[in-house]
Amino acid sequence: MTHSTVAYQVMWNRLISVVEEQAQALVRTAFSTSVREAGDLSAGVYDTQGRMLAQAVTGTPGHVNAMADAVAHFIRRIGRQNILEGDIYITNDPWEGTGHLHDITMVTPSFHNGVLVGFFACTAHIVDIGGRGFGADAQSVYEEGLYIPIMKFADQGTVDETLTRIIRGNVREPDQLIGDIYALATCNEIGHRRLIDMMQEFDLDTLDGIAAFILDNSRRATLERIAALPRTSAEGEMTVDGFDVPITLKVRVTVNDDHIMSDFNGTSGLDKKGINCPLVYTKAYACYALKVAIAPEIPNNAASLEPFRISAPENTIVNALHPAPVALRHIVGHFVPDVVFNAFDQIVPGLVPAEGAGCLCNFQVSLRPRTDAPAPADARRSEVLTFNSGGSGARPEFDGLNATAFPSGVMTMPIEATEHAGPVIIWRKELRPDSGGAGKTRGGLGQYMEVGAMVGHEFDIQAMFDRGQHPARGRRGGGEGGRTTIAQDDGTKMHVKGKQFVPHGRRVVMAFPGGAGYGDPAQRDPALVKRDLARGYISPEAAARDYGLSETDIADILAAAAKGETF
Amino acid sequence: MTAHSTRLGVDIGGTFTDVVLETGGASFSTKVLTTYAAPENAIIDGMHQVCTKAGITPAQIEQIIHGTTLATNALIERRGAKTALITTQGFRDVIEMRTESRFEQYDLNLTLPDPLLPRQMRFTVSERVNAKGEVMIPLDRAEVEELAERIAATGVESIAVGLIHSYLNPDHERLVRDVLADKLPGVSVSISAEVSPQMREYERFNTVVANAYIKPLMASYLGRLEERLKGEGVTCRIFLMHSGGGIISIQNAADFPVRLVESGPAGGAVFAAHIAARYGIDKVLSFDMGGTTAKICLIKNQTPKTSRVFEVARTYRFKKGSGMPISIPVIDMVEIGAGGGSLAHVDAMRQIRVGPESAGSEPGPACYGRDGTRPAVTDADLVLGKLDPDNFAGGSIPLYPDQSKTALHKHIGGTLDMDATEAAFGVAEVVDENMANAARVHAVENGEDLSEYTMIAFGGAAPLHAARLCEKLGVDRLLVPPGAGVGSAIGFLRAPYSFEANRSVYMKLSDFDGPRIRDLLTELQGEATGFVRTCDAVSPILSEFKVYMRYTGQGWEIPIDLTEEQAMNPDAATFQARFEEDYAKLFGRTVAGMDIEITVWSVNATTPPEKVTPIAAQPATDAAATTGTRDIFDAASGAFAQADIIDRTTLTSGQTITGPAAVTEDETTIIIPASRTAMRQPDGCIDITAGGRP
Repeated sequence: MTHSTVAYQVMWNRLISVVEEQAQALVRTAFSTSVREAGDLSAGVYDTQGRMLAQAVTGTPGHVNAMADAVAHFIRRIGRQNILEGDIYITNDPWEGTGHLHDITMVTPSFHNGVLVGFFACTAHIVDIGGRGFGADAQSVYEEGLYIPIMKFADQGTVDETLTRIIRGNVREPDQLIGDIYALATCNEIGHRRLIDMMQEFDLDTLDGIAAFILDNSRRATLERIAALPRTSAEGEMTVDGFDVPITLKVRVTVNDDHIMSDFNGTSGLDKKGINCPLVYTKAYACYALKVAIAPEIPNNAASLEPFRISAPENTIVNALHPAPVALRHIVGHFVPDVVFNAFDQIVPGLVPAEGAGCLCNFQVSLRPRTDAPAPADARRSEVLTFNSGGSGARPEFDGLNATAFPSGVMTMPIEATEHAGPVIIWRKELRPDSGGAGKTRGGLGQYMEVGAMVGHEFDIQAMFDRGQHPARGRRGGGEGGRTTIAQDDGTKMHVKGKQFVPHGRRVVMAFPGGAGYGDPAQRDPALVKRDLARGYISPEAAARDYGLSETDIADILAAAAKGETF
Repeated sequence: MTAHSTRLGVDIGGTFTDVVLETGGASFSTKVLTTYAAPENAIIDGMHQVCTKAGITPAQIEQIIHGTTLATNALIERRGAKTALITTQGFRDVIEMRTESRFEQYDLNLTLPDPLLPRQMRFTVSERVNAKGEVMIPLDRAEVEELAERIAATGVESIAVGLIHSYLNPDHERLVRDVLADKLPGVSVSISAEVSPQMREYERFNTVVANAYIKPLMASYLGRLEERLKGEGVTCRIFLMHSGGGIISIQNAADFPVRLVESGPAGGAVFAAHIAARYGIDKVLSFDMGGTTAKICLIKNQTPKTSRVFEVARTYRFKKGSGMPISIPVIDMVEIGAGGGSLAHVDAMRQIRVGPESAGSEPGPACYGRDGTRPAVTDADLVLGKLDPDNFAGGSIPLYPDQSKTALHKHIGGTLDMDATEAAFGVAEVVDENMANAARVHAVENGEDLSEYTMIAFGGAAPLHAARLCEKLGVDRLLVPPGAGVGSAIGFLRAPYSFEANRSVYMKLSDFDGPRIRDLLTELQGEATGFVRTCDAVSPILSEFKVYMRYTGQGWEIPIDLTEEQAMNPDAATFQARFEEDYAKLFGRTVAGMDIEITVWSVNATTPPEKVTPIAAQPATDAAATTGTRDIFDAASGAFAQADIIDRTTLTSGQTITGPAAVTEDETTIIIPASRTAMRQPDGCIDITAGGRP
């Protein structure tokens, strides 16, 4: 049966809606805070060849693109002849899934009238997979937790109880993890049911027609965008803190007729600690950076992602091979867009932002009853993970976003919810004035946080920060963003990365980085400088130093603000 | 409330103010243009029009029920009062930092909406309550007094107070209020523990700020309205429709104006719920489509589904997360940018996209002939024969099909190599699919199967698209009520007095504390009932108990209804059973071995719903008389077919119509596709069903 263009268009919209429903179901049923509060997940539908046809907009770029490649691995590992109705597959392989053991990917084949018509896949970041726990401290992937190779979780409807027992026996929160695995399975099931409804409505036996329609249109649209770019090549470079030694990321972006190549030759080698990044995750963010710049509205699928290619020498930090430790691969991954932008800005000036905070400012606290003195009877152990953001880089026409994740797509949690999760106290979470790099457009502000424990507790903090020594650098004369700082409230110095002890009664005081500025600060609209001063985004000192505001002007503005003028 | 025989319903919308008068079993309605500068003028005007039609004086009106978009518009257009926020030290920027995420990940130039209050209007005090509700840092009265003086210098009219964990312990917020009352007597004060005592600081602070921001405006408007109506001879009390689908006194409305947000759409849902009750239908999907947006609501057991948080003033293509969250009891509706005026274009993938950009009323769709050159949904409807160019809006607005064809060709057909008809079909299918997808996602989120549902459609554009939506959703029955153009105002007259009180208090079932639950629910019941009693001193008041529960560790609570017996004799096993039952229904399975927790407690006090007269089964009589025929495009078969044209005003009960057909009236046209047949019911509803004759 042939279908009209209008019918195919309706089907394409429907598939995007189906995967969105799939993702929403996951948000609502998952147990891990990372999924349900922060949105660290992804969902998609694939054809029988494993080509991704549609992906939910809910989710974060690291999954978005990495998952596109995953289903082909499943087909290869399971073997076509073994793909049966009622099966559900699982893995957390960092190299064939989405980059670390903490992401569980599940794939469900979809059968219609007894014939395989496609696959559904979804991925979620789970809070614990055993091993050393979430952090950079492992020396190899073996220490980072339980490894689940691509295998059947359910065989024709029967769950592999041996597997679930092994999983339960190896993780800290077995009920939660098993709950999450079932949530992933359920979300694929919801997608499958809705796909079959659609196939019945349009009288489809296979997805071949609609797949061709989606992929052809997406490929053509993406290639049109690439064809509009100059055929040239440019290099970008950026150095960040790393764990013990700084890491230099280097990329050459080359625009070809039918694809853009990002080549990471020259990038630093592996780190001893778990901040290494498998190529699949590097590719996800390199691709995201280019796609958001030149083809933002083209939906993600195999054809719209394919023209964004990547290469990197083996065992550089952006192409870590087994058994490198990779738990915190997001730190390097989140910096990839900045370095790609540094190159791309030379190819198409005036399109991409200045450097920003880059990686999320996450930390995990492990609380326990105090050990230096008798603890109260109700003191308890607890693990609390929080997601926080610095400022994004200034854009050519707009200021950077204050305390907003970029390139990651995750959300923060309410501190009232965090304080219900364990005996932790967040004493402060607010914007950090003067941390946005000066410029014609200003970098986004970072934020201050202060964290302590309820009386009777001490804790370890697992810091996962960067940009302590290497702030975001401005573009076209813009100033650099504020650096990360971390110390205890009595002045005791702390490191931007790693697990560190905090005694009873002490707080950790953190300042998260700002984004860099764009363009000469002297060209900034004076009205915006006044507004920033009135709001306290910049201090009087910065207003004078960076933007040349006179003492009288400053005094007038502050006086007017105190009288309630809003600027 | 049926005791009131003469009642006036007034809905102030963005364009029109709808007024409905019911007296002695008859109903009179009018639409007048909304008068933004002084909205009460339109009400007075409309009231006199319907009183004249009914032959009564304003003094004979026994009750006035009012709903308005003024509160919503003030938030969208930022026309509120000069307002300050007082919050806990360390949390000055909560309403600005939002969720720290981008609601659209593929836009490098994304800008986030400004918070209602700029940073210099947000002040802090040193104090702190912990997650158990215990004071860790006491609040110093002298510090608040000093702050009050600083704030006074800004010339504020209104102050919001939002402190961390105040939903557990409101003492500090109350102390701030007392000091402000003392120091700044003319300034209105809203505290978060009263406006929205729910966990999650961003939602709660934003809600109390929104309340404070619109409070002076709404208080002044409501005061003026009362005076003006008195001046026109009105002697009865005035009540306000709230977003939760009930009515409250004018005084409560002035204190909690944020509860008036979305009162108009809530009236529409109540209108649909009342029709559902008349027909005894338990599962209804209400579908309201106007010029710029479509709204969809699930109504189960004749009660619209409610939620405790929603988003107002979305700034980015109606996208989730681009507005501001308001945590109050609200009828849960999905709103998408799809209406008669929604504009169509072709995107980079050569796909037709429709909305959310709208042609508005000026220039309007291309067919209005007012220099609109881009094709809107109405243009597609016209080209497909669904509208009669000579009888649009009762013949008052001539339509130009050629202009529609030109616009469709230029912006759609030319690019995609389609003729005007196929382009129009594409536009209509895309907008219908968008609405159908929104309905499907909403149903999935609520664990509902739409094929068991009946649709009730109202709003100017809904009857043109409703039957196609039913085909797409597998919905077999569609009711199009009369008076659909003023549905919200009619809905106001059907709403009970009600007030929902709720509070966030965490409790795990493993730490189940029956007496504490009974005390808490009794307190909430007392609070809610107190509000309702100020409206109605005599009627019985029913209490609806609801708790929000989840597995410990999850972030998404599901609402669980409890009977009064279950609420007042709480027992962990019953709570668990009720949760597992609903959880399994929503998500297919329960999770063994996980603790369950309760996060929010709520009691809705309401007067009993108005008694309805059930519609008696109506046998089919004869086929309706046609006034002619017209070729109308049938989407399911993908071709034009000759359709009968029927004048709705000539239809009598039991008369039947076989699709394809179009039932015309002044306000709209009801399209009955080839897959459906219809019958006029005794109450004037057009009852459209799948398949053979009804």
